[in-house]
Amino acid sequence: MTQKNRVNGGLIDRSSRVNFQFDGKTYQGHTGDTLASALLANDVRLMGRSFKYHRPRGVMTAGSEEPNALMKLRTGARQEPNSRATVTELFDGLEARSQNRFPSLKFDFMGINDRFSNFLTAGFYYKTFMWPRVFWEKLYEPMIRKAAGLGSISFEDDPDSYDKGFLHCDLLVIGSGPAGLMAALTAGRAGVRVILAEEDFITGGRLNAETYAVGGMSGSDWARSVMAELESLENVRVLTRTTVIGAFDHGIYGAVERVSDHTLVPESGKPRQTLWRIYSKRAVLAAGATERPIAFENNDRPGVMMAGAVRAYVNRWAVTPHQQFAVFTNNDDGHRTAVDLIAKGVDVTGVIDVRPDAPSLAGVEVFAGAHVVNSKGLLGLKSVQIRLANGEIRDLTCGALGVSGGWNPNVHLTCHQRGRPVWNDAIAAFVPGGKMPVGLTVAGAANGHLSTAQALQTGAEAAVSSLTGFGVSAAAPDLPEAEDAPISLTPFWYVKEGKGRAWIDQQNDVTVKDIKLAHQENFRSVEHLKRYTTLGMATDQGKTSNMGGLAVMAELTGKSIPETGTTIFRPPYTPVAMGALAGRSIGKDFHPTRETPSHKWAVEQGAEFVEAGNWLRAQWFPQPDEKHWRQSVDREVLQTRKSVGICDVTTLGKIDVQGADAAEFLNKIYANGFAKLPVGKVRYGLMLREDGIAYDDGTAARLAEDHFVVTTTTANAALVYRNMEFARQCLWPDLDVQLISTTEAWAQYAVAGPNARKLLQKVVDPEFDLSNDDFPFMACGEITVCGGVRARLFRISFSGELAYEIAVPTRYGDAMIRALMEAGEEFDAVPYGTEALGVMRIEKGHAAGNELNGTTTALNLGLGRMVSKKKDCIGNVLSEREGLKATGALRLVGLRPVDSKDEIPAGAHLMNADGSVSAKTDLGYVTSAAYSPTLGCSIALAFLKGGEDRMGDVLRVINPLEGQEVRAEVVSAHFVDPEGERLRA
Amino acid sequence: MIINHPLLGARDAQEFTYLGDASLIHRPDWQGEDPSGQFHDYLYLRDNPAGQHRELWFHEVGDRSWLVVTRNTLTHEITNVELARDVARREGRGK
Repeated sequence: MTQKNRVNGGLIDRSSRVNFQFDGKTYQGHTGDTLASALLANDVRLMGRSFKYHRPRGVMTAGSEEPNALMKLRTGARQEPNSRATVTELFDGLEARSQNRFPSLKFDFMGINDRFSNFLTAGFYYKTFMWPRVFWEKLYEPMIRKAAGLGSISFEDDPDSYDKGFLHCDLLVIGSGPAGLMAALTAGRAGVRVILAEEDFITGGRLNAETYAVGGMSGSDWARSVMAELESLENVRVLTRTTVIGAFDHGIYGAVERVSDHTLVPESGKPRQTLWRIYSKRAVLAAGATERPIAFENNDRPGVMMAGAVRAYVNRWAVTPHQQFAVFTNNDDGHRTAVDLIAKGVDVTGVIDVRPDAPSLAGVEVFAGAHVVNSKGLLGLKSVQIRLANGEIRDLTCGALGVSGGWNPNVHLTCHQRGRPVWNDAIAAFVPGGKMPVGLTVAGAANGHLSTAQALQTGAEAAVSSLTGFGVSAAAPDLPEAEDAPISLTPFWYVKEGKGRAWIDQQNDVTVKDIKLAHQENFRSVEHLKRYTTLGMATDQGKTSNMGGLAVMAELTGKSIPETGTTIFRPPYTPVAMGALAGRSIGKDFHPTRETPSHKWAVEQGAEFVEAGNWLRAQWFPQPDEKHWRQSVDREVLQTRKSVGICDVTTLGKIDVQGADAAEFLNKIYANGFAKLPVGKVRYGLMLREDGIAYDDGTAARLAEDHFVVTTTTANAALVYRNMEFARQCLWPDLDVQLISTTEAWAQYAVAGPNARKLLQKVVDPEFDLSNDDFPFMACGEITVCGGVRARLFRISFSGELAYEIAVPTRYGDAMIRALMEAGEEFDAVPYGTEALGVMRIEKGHAAGNELNGTTTALNLGLGRMVSKKKDCIGNVLSEREGLKATGALRLVGLRPVDSKDEIPAGAHLMNADGSVSAKTDLGYVTSAAYSPTLGCSIALAFLKGGEDRMGDVLRVINPLEGQEVRAEVVSAHFVDPEGERLRA
Repeated sequence: MIINHPLLGARDAQEFTYLGDASLIHRPDWQGEDPSGQFHDYLYLRDNPAGQHRELWFHEVGDRSWLVVTRNTLTHEITNVELARDVARREGRGK
């Protein structure tokens, strides 16, 4: 029979039939089930194998703290490991598989590890696999990794999308149990903007799991009545399936909404999950509490569960994990489990209560002052062995055991800003304390108020005080009548009897013995204990185990638990899929793509593109007959130098500098002087960092007395702008100067080559004279083109040819490139890309990013004389440091191979023709290398020690990494037209 | 973090670029005594307090103001935000 463990009642839809698979076998459950409750309904207790010893394990809890019931969900690319069956909402077609077992869950080869447990104790990998050393990487580590561990991933791309979103509210309420509902209701009625976030797929928290009445109705009915009111309020937003994972600075919270995890495949257009960033004025944490176990020998058998979880299964999901139960407790709360089970007709064979004065219960024997000392049942619990108060040993038959060691308030979020919880003796647990995240108040069980009445009351109070904090007065609603029983607990952490293993942390297979070993080996601080034993690591972060571990360590060291302290709680509260953190920023969308105004045209030309930061730039323009990129690049270079070429240089940074003090300002920004630059002229400028290192270069064109246009390199456009604003606002705040970045405002093209002027004359309107006399080298001006389109023209040259750069407003960029190419037809004008641009600048000996590499000075670059000594400018003073000016410093030189067939490798180091090759004899390095079609051989730019005195010397150019060595002659960096006749033509 | 921009109100810290100690405003006089030593100290010597720290933030994806933010480096509490230009003027960088 299916679902043999169903009992009456519950919050499931019995009319529904939900089919799902576990380890290939099909089962049925109902809407409202979790995977865990449906498996229990079908009498499946064995759900996984443990991390290290491969012990058979069953479900232990009914919530996100679950250490054992971790499964692989779905198949193919959507497969996700380590999913907790306890919070997996059941849906039709769900496929779940157990983990960490081979070949099957019931028969697992690695179960042998359990026999060798003496060798696999805490820190075993530090001790056992020491020798021989070479075995570690090849043998030991892969072996251990294969044996240990949790689920595996699919190695396929995640087909789902994830979103990120931003929410703002006055009050964020975290958790929708009695405290959270009252807080939300109080604030909702006061009219402020409320977000109520609930991890579960239904609201109500423990009210759905307990049987006590609230306001004369069942707890879950009361919760639904409150929800009905909250949902009617426009100022309240309820987010179910949403876990608040972290409390960050200034009232900002992170939350993951599992939008589509309850469906097989996300609905079309919907993300799988959304990562919310919630900005709140105030927040109320009503995250409840987590029940903690009592450790005893073999306490990890499937069927040993938390007592409160048992009530959740019985009352909410109408499932009894087994037909025969026992309860082991140190408090009154455990008794409720027995009462609720009996009410559902389940056989409860006994309540083992460690308290000698335990109250009695109707319908079940209470063994006061007794302990569970062992259990039996290989793949599932069959019986427990108990020692009675009188010392007698007795076996108690039961297929499931509900264990309660008390409740730990869920303080996690209160500690995310390094707050430390404080000990509360009344409930023998840590409660929030110390410095809390700004604006956060804690209510209900999360604050140690474990009764329903207290939760309701503190929830309302927390909302009232939160609202008062931002000036809104709210009235607490009438509190419904609810139970207010103390849980009356005697602290009890583990049963000392027995020689076997008593599990503290089931997820990481950490036993009481492991903690004793850590203590013995002096790993006694809680942080050391965690790392040495792995206690409290992995997906559950010790939600059910940390306290037990601390208690054992406290006992061993003779300190109190608060003196022993807790490890630091860090976000996230529960595991978060990497996809949710990435959001839409994956693949091509990892960063924005910037296209220049000529992009569409370049695509039409079949250009190859290269990424330059976020920009896509045409790298070269292959012709149909060209098989190799070098053919295209060589052609582009040769044709530009022979006739004319056109290149999109829009990506260079452009900064508009205006104001009466603009020239004075640029004088401070650039190492060289700008004060005397006449209107209508451009000057090359070098920028230094304050430490004297060169960091960017470009040009500044003076369009008017009070108006300059500065260009920067593509890579440094944002940085230069930022630094200029810093200088303007922080260093010289009274200069009359304004800056704006206009990189995106102008499309700019270089037109270079002997026919550049002739070509431009065809598009520039006739009233503008481009003759060498009227518009000489380094001239600039505002002009019009193509019959009145506003444009700027700069006679500057990166290629060394007669060249111009013409800028038009971005919206004319596409038309401009087409007009230029059409005008160039009669000259066989070529478009050229970044490769040809690079080749021509190397041929001309211009420094670029490879040379301005963050370690070089103006002196190294051969521009030492540019740094003005007569003015204050950024970097001026420190560029004078001795070390930077030492004789024999690196100098930019050109290199030409002795054998013209040789290729000079970029990055290679320079050594004297004779002598040893070593770091000591290193003379410098090659920064840029290219094949020069103009010279017909490989050429390079390099930094060479004392390079200015070594012209004509032959050096060895060595790349030991690749075994390359060529001989090259030191030459001027200006390979082409060193006198600059072409660019002045 | 949220930075209360003096002109724009509460803005997310993601909109800003961090530079560091606001002492960078006090760039030495290039013609003063021992400029090399002064610039060395200006550039390389910084306090790194655990607590109140005055630091420079640039509203890079906003209005491009440089701000002086007084922030507690332990708690991230921000107690004061001013336009760096106002601070610079007040502290003697004006004409």
